[in-house]
Amino acid sequence: MFKSLRSQLTTIWTILQHSFTPAETVQYPEEQPYLAPRYRGRIVLTRDPDGDERCVACNLCAAACPPDCIALQQGVREDGRWYPEFFRINFSRCIMCGMCEEACPTNAIQLTPDFEMCEYERQSMVYEKEHLLISGTGKYHDYNFYRVSGLAIDGKDKGQGQNEAQPIDVKSLLP
Amino acid sequence: MMETLFYLAAVIALSATILALTRANAAHALIYLILSLLAVAVLFFLMGAPFAAALEILIYAGAIMVLFVFVIMMLNLGKSGEELERSGLHARNWIIPGIMATLLFVELMYAVEQTSSLTSGTAVSPKEVGLELFGPYVLAVELASMLLLAGLVGAYHLGRRFIVRSGSDD
Amino acid sequence: MSELGTIGFGLFIILAAVGGAATLTWFERRLLGIWQDRYGPNRLGPFGVGQVASDMIKLLTKHDWVPPFSDRVVFVFAPTAIVVAMMLGFAVVPFGPDLYVIDLNIGLLFFLGMTSLAVYSVLLAALASNNKYALLGGLRSAAQMVSYEVFMGLSLMGVVMLTGSFSMRAIVEAQTDLWNFIPQFLGLFTFLIAGIAESHRLPFDLPEAEHELTAGFHTEYSGMKFAMFMLGEYLGLILISCMIVALFFGGWLGPWLPPIVWFCLKTFIVICFFILLRAAIPRPRYDQLMTLGWKYMLPLTLFNLLVTGAVALTLKGG
Repeated sequence: MFKSLRSQLTTIWTILQHSFTPAETVQYPEEQPYLAPRYRGRIVLTRDPDGDERCVACNLCAAACPPDCIALQQGVREDGRWYPEFFRINFSRCIMCGMCEEACPTNAIQLTPDFEMCEYERQSMVYEKEHLLISGTGKYHDYNFYRVSGLAIDGKDKGQGQNEAQPIDVKSLLP
Repeated sequence: MMETLFYLAAVIALSATILALTRANAAHALIYLILSLLAVAVLFFLMGAPFAAALEILIYAGAIMVLFVFVIMMLNLGKSGEELERSGLHARNWIIPGIMATLLFVELMYAVEQTSSLTSGTAVSPKEVGLELFGPYVLAVELASMLLLAGLVGAYHLGRRFIVRSGSDD
Repeated sequence: MSELGTIGFGLFIILAAVGGAATLTWFERRLLGIWQDRYGPNRLGPFGVGQVASDMIKLLTKHDWVPPFSDRVVFVFAPTAIVVAMMLGFAVVPFGPDLYVIDLNIGLLFFLGMTSLAVYSVLLAALASNNKYALLGGLRSAAQMVSYEVFMGLSLMGVVMLTGSFSMRAIVEAQTDLWNFIPQFLGLFTFLIAGIAESHRLPFDLPEAEHELTAGFHTEYSGMKFAMFMLGEYLGLILISCMIVALFFGGWLGPWLPPIVWFCLKTFIVICFFILLRAAIPRPRYDQLMTLGWKYMLPLTLFNLLVTGAVALTLKGG
């Protein structure tokens, strides 16, 4: 009884001390809070250093997305590269959790510290690929998926990637 | 002025009581009963017994009727309850109690006729009430308090946990 | 005071109380903001005072909906009960030596009676709403009010013993030498807790408990009828604060300043303390509330009553 009474009184005293602490919140539209570079906000699709889009349409982001707000379809270009035929994020459902960024094997999908997305029409919150694609590389400047992967495309055969050994010829008996 | 108020409050008390008796919906009946009690409190006040008026509001209207409403909430009376109430309003059910009540009323009227006046005409302050209670009527007060204590102990006995579960916090 | 003056003063008190309650909605949010390290409503007008007006416009213009499954008449009547009862309670508050609506010789009992009538608002609203959450809120409210009313009255009897009167004016005047909160410390403590429970303010707001019961007894209410409940709650807060000041902190008594200023200042501080309690203390569980009331508070008040009676008798010299 006395223990709980003391606890309550301590609580009241602690709260009373907060009369003299400055507010943690800021006056938002006039005063912008600091957002860390890794803040999870609006999603973008990045390009590799050569200017090609990084996304290989593997669908991992769509599978990882908890509210199922990502939709895309895979296409194959003539040079053998995969790309999304369309890539659609419904930001009215997106919860900015960053699971897609973690799932992405090619660092294509990235979250930016921008959260100010307000629209009068709900349909305007659905972003297509041309809205999502940016012309930069995002957080990873040197990464190019096709340069490090073993996938054969036009102008790069198997074994020609960075740090990649030549494929073993299984039909040969030589060591 | 005071007389008009008195008769107004009396009319309200009577009509509210009649309405309380004839309602089929228990909640409505209770509201009329509360209204009737409040009107009676006004009557007490006008008759020079402000202490009794305050206690009427505080205890009858404020506490006992709350418990009545509480019980009605617990019972969950629906349409069937209302039908039961309506069937209870048939003449054959209330004619005998009605006759008895009328007899009592006539008797009361006779008693009122005998006395010269009902009130002393002066307001009774709470202090006087207290002195009366603990002076001539101290035995009655003690008896009532014993009765209440018995009720309290009984309620505690009914309300305590008969099966003590191990590890239950209290 | 002449009869006309009394009526005028009564009207003024009603207006002031309603205005005070409306301002309190804003003031409370600002104060909570300060204690929770944020700003609170500060956009409209100086310090955000305009929030009161905009809230009022919102509530007045909202669709005043009566649910078709409700008990219509009772549903509409319920919110008025608490406002009327609380306003009547202001009649016996002594704001100054000559500033009161009526000085009843049962003033304190009248106040207790009015606060106990305010319960009906909650109960009838809960019954008429025909809604599970409202019913649960009403049940809790009924049990809470009845339990806390018991020692609310008893906690004040110590003050009455010291004064020898139920009249509010006499009680204040008896505190000229020593304010009641020193000899009646336990009385103040228990009355404070009972007061919070009676006006169902936050530590004891189990009847509405928005985390468990959506909004408790006023789940189905909106617009002006909801505003009446809020008005009643804030009127209750002001009334309880006024009473605490008058009963325990010497009412209008104080040096230098005029009496009414002292009264308002003290009431303001008590209101701030109530808001502090709201900011600091979490809501107890329902059974904890009942345990607190019956097992700790009631014995405490009885003990206080016993000691006060004994001391009063000894001082009078038997």
